[in-house]
Amino acid sequence: MSLGPYASFVVTSYALVAAIIMLLIIWIGVDYRHQRQRLRDLEASGVTRRSGRTATEI
Amino acid sequence: MTLIDLANPTKFLSLTTRVLPWLAVATAILLLVGFYQAAMAPDDYQQGATVKIMFVHVPNAWLSMFVWGVMSVAALGTLVWRHPLADVAAKAAAPIGAAFTFLALVTGALWGRPMWGTYWEWDARLTSVLILFLMYLGLMALWRAVDDPSRAARAAAILTLVGALNLPIIKFSVDWWNTLHQPASVMRMGGPSLDNAFLIPLLVMAVGFTLLFVTLHLAAMRNEILRRRVRSLQMMQASQQAA
Repeated sequence: MSLGPYASFVVTSYALVAAIIMLLIIWIGVDYRHQRQRLRDLEASGVTRRSGRTATEI
Repeated sequence: MTLIDLANPTKFLSLTTRVLPWLAVATAILLLVGFYQAAMAPDDYQQGATVKIMFVHVPNAWLSMFVWGVMSVAALGTLVWRHPLADVAAKAAAPIGAAFTFLALVTGALWGRPMWGTYWEWDARLTSVLILFLMYLGLMALWRAVDDPSRAARAAAILTLVGALNLPIIKFSVDWWNTLHQPASVMRMGGPSLDNAFLIPLLVMAVGFTLLFVTLHLAAMRNEILRRRVRSLQMMQASQQAA
């Protein structure tokens, strides 16, 4: 597959899309782990939900 | 599970946890098929291989508007129905929509340079999409600026509905004004003007990117619900310490 004289524009476009999507996925994954850790820390300190269920319970 | 059950954040979390792995797999398969078809698509007789940029540019451009549409429905949910998950949905969608809009702008510029001879032109389509991107950033800044999520939600919902006026301007800008950007070639009266060799990979990529949005949006909504649980527990902790 030859991309001709404008290959750099095509490759840059696809690389940029892949990079931004990967960043989005990583950011959302890291945020999920961060929020669950904060909930675990709060529960460990003795704070509980009014419902009595654990905050990390899904 | 009925639709009303999804108003309960715990039930929503339970559903997303079950659905997300399947959505992620379906998204990955569709995008892989789409990228393969895009790679195998023939060169355009005028544009050569740069036509391949279309397969990533157009889905991102569609999603930039679609996500704002989702946020507008969520804004109605906040203001009219006071649905407990409406502002969660709107807040979670904004950064994802901003990312798609950024990609639409940049891939458009990278396509424009070899085809039009310029990365940027202040024409109606490009400018209205840039305004959409700035509105996404403004909305994200508004969410961060107000501590109380319910107060931020109402202000953000009004701003979202005002911003929705930009969507028809973006869509019809190429018809209303004389623009450098080409007119619609898929969603147009009389059907798509693209050959199937380009249309099929484009549609596969569009569905793949839409599924990607649904997957990321559900995951981001789950994070936002957990963030609000953290906030309410922190407030309980503070009131216990004060008592």
